[in-house]
Amino acid sequence: MKKINKNSLNGFINYGIVIAAFVVLQLLLNRGALSNSLQSLLVPTCCYIVMAVSLNLTVGILGELSLGHAGFMSLGAFSGITAAIALQGLIPSPALRLAAALLVGGLVGAIGGVIIGVPVLRLRGDYLAIVTLAFGEIIKNVIMVLYIGVDEKGLHVAMSEAGLHLAEGGVTIVKGPMGAVNVPKLASFTAGFLLILVTLLVVQNLVSSRSGRAIMALRDNRIAAESVGINVTKYKLMAFVTSAALAGAAGALFGLNYSSTVSSKFDFNTSILVLVFVVLGGLGSIRGSVIAAALLYVLPELLRQFKLAEYRMLIYAIILILVMLCTNNPMLKQLMDNTIGKFKKQPAAAEKGGAQ
Amino acid sequence: MKNRVLALTMAAAMTAGLLSGCGGGSATTPAPAQSKGAASGAVTVKVGGIGPITGDLAQYGTATQWGAQVAVDEINALGGPITLDFTYEDDTGVADTAVSAYNSLKDWAKDAPLVIYGTTTTAPCVAVAAETYADRYFQLTPSASSPDVTANKDNAFQMCFTDPGQGVAAANYLKDNGLGTKIGVIYNNGDAYSTGIADAFLAEAKNLGLDVVATQTYPSDTTTDYTVQLNACKDAGADLLFLPIYYTPASLILAQAKQMSYAPIFFGGDGMDGMLDMEGFDKSLAEGLMLMTPFNASATDSRTTTFVDSYKKLSGGVLPNQFAADGYDCMYAIYEACCKIDGIADMDHEQLCDALIALFTGGSFTVDGLTGSSMTWLESGEISKAPVVVKVVNGVYENA
Repeated sequence: MKKINKNSLNGFINYGIVIAAFVVLQLLLNRGALSNSLQSLLVPTCCYIVMAVSLNLTVGILGELSLGHAGFMSLGAFSGITAAIALQGLIPSPALRLAAALLVGGLVGAIGGVIIGVPVLRLRGDYLAIVTLAFGEIIKNVIMVLYIGVDEKGLHVAMSEAGLHLAEGGVTIVKGPMGAVNVPKLASFTAGFLLILVTLLVVQNLVSSRSGRAIMALRDNRIAAESVGINVTKYKLMAFVTSAALAGAAGALFGLNYSSTVSSKFDFNTSILVLVFVVLGGLGSIRGSVIAAALLYVLPELLRQFKLAEYRMLIYAIILILVMLCTNNPMLKQLMDNTIGKFKKQPAAAEKGGAQ
Repeated sequence: MKNRVLALTMAAAMTAGLLSGCGGGSATTPAPAQSKGAASGAVTVKVGGIGPITGDLAQYGTATQWGAQVAVDEINALGGPITLDFTYEDDTGVADTAVSAYNSLKDWAKDAPLVIYGTTTTAPCVAVAAETYADRYFQLTPSASSPDVTANKDNAFQMCFTDPGQGVAAANYLKDNGLGTKIGVIYNNGDAYSTGIADAFLAEAKNLGLDVVATQTYPSDTTTDYTVQLNACKDAGADLLFLPIYYTPASLILAQAKQMSYAPIFFGGDGMDGMLDMEGFDKSLAEGLMLMTPFNASATDSRTTTFVDSYKKLSGGVLPNQFAADGYDCMYAIYEACCKIDGIADMDHEQLCDALIALFTGGSFTVDGLTGSSMTWLESGEISKAPVVVKVVNGVYENA
């Protein structure tokens, strides 16, 4: 009983952090205290937080290494964009259209998750990593030759622009290697915030549910879990598809924040970036993922202020390596603890003043 | 001979352009490089550049950065009524980073009039142009060549040819000069630039009745084996290969075609520019290669040689390519346009944007630069300048 209370308390703290951050940022926004640069980072940061939390479900909680998370983001982005443009006439309200696009993005992400999950989750460890890596690249290359257009008859999909056979007044939404262009900018910070809340709600409730315990049992000892009658495929798929759906929704929000999106954006590097957020935030720690994603996504942009130009990304990489080392190396950890301890102790000792 | 005459007229036109440009006679009296206050009442216009200076595409971003820097240094040394305050932000060639870079430029400029120069690559440029359109900043890109960059945006202008424009020009050139009876096309269908040119070329070739016997694609510029595509073209009997691709894959295609002793005429777009300066490239492979490029670094007119010298100082010996030259021309276009506008000092970016749009689309505004003389802009934001076809002879460009 106590254990469950602790879990839900942890969950509530996470909601609290996110809501507090949103309120503070929103206040700053209204007072015009946020620079343009930070304002433009709000929505993508929300997307990457959702990406990190959802990947944490696969990597940290299910315990399977996935290197193709950006593939689901890509599926969500392009399907979300397509939905947002195709539904222009049906749903005039931008907020509702955004919600519909996020749903479509999440749904397509989930379908992708099922398609890839059913055969692939039979594999374990390195094999799963390799297949998900290939999946991400396949998605990228398929979208690169995909043309999607819409006219009054509905959606058209082809492998070349001429092959679309659009009627008069039809719009090409996705143009192969040019990606999606002239995308309406529907995304907003509030939408990003709500998506993070929904993600936390879904992931935290899943984790603390009976199914979540089954998933974690699979991670800790598959054979033991199977021996007590846990359906391996069902629970693995449950975690994997939930993760894919959330990534799809994040992708849709991301796609609708920019006027153009190309499929090469969602490549191996993006998958690894999200994995870095998850690993540095701590495997299995939802709060860690949220904080790591927010800080590490904003960091390279903050480094712009120190006129370093070409060294910016190098410094970013060095910081990542240092964080990785400091959080994992016991000696450095000890050193850090000691130095921080010293700094903490000194003022306290001064206050006590000769009590020793 | 033809080359020399052209070079002379270009040089004359450029000098005339310089002198007749703003600042008048001050061009002849060298002013100190930092002319802040040197010319009394000089107005500073902020120019914020965006492009990839790290990552896979860094070579293009640094070229546009250095090319523009050369022009900015020259302009500020002129002591004219306008000085440019130039900074450059990295976008790593990615759209979302480019939008962040653009926003940090807005922070940098604060309330001063700001003109956006960039972005270098197409996909980020489309994203940034949508933002500048909404925020009303004037934007001039040196090298983002898709028509999507300027479509439905009155504030976005290009210094380079559009991709379809280049494809159409290539088809017309082949038709007019009777080059090639059977044409093969190899392009990168994973790349917007390559696909854009190839699609327009194929459509125009159909209109003109050119005989395209083979159309081959490859998925990415990291591909290293092109023998399948070359064999298909060879089997179809193509005697001219149109390659609207970048120079790295093109150099491999040239080498592999030679290995299989297949020697059609090779014809490329401006992405081929830079091949001759590739490290370890056997220049004899490119002998006879024809390409459309607006800039020739081995030209002998004084403006080009000065540019090449200053550029090499900045780049540590690397020769400028057309990206650099387009960047150089962008700065002069911005400078000369700003000189023609009264009261810039009191303008915000929005008024400056509207004034520049009116000037660029007004019809009477022309710029002479390294990549063309009397360049003008269409209402759509596309540039109008004459395409130049060069041929590689003895390892250097010669006007074809």
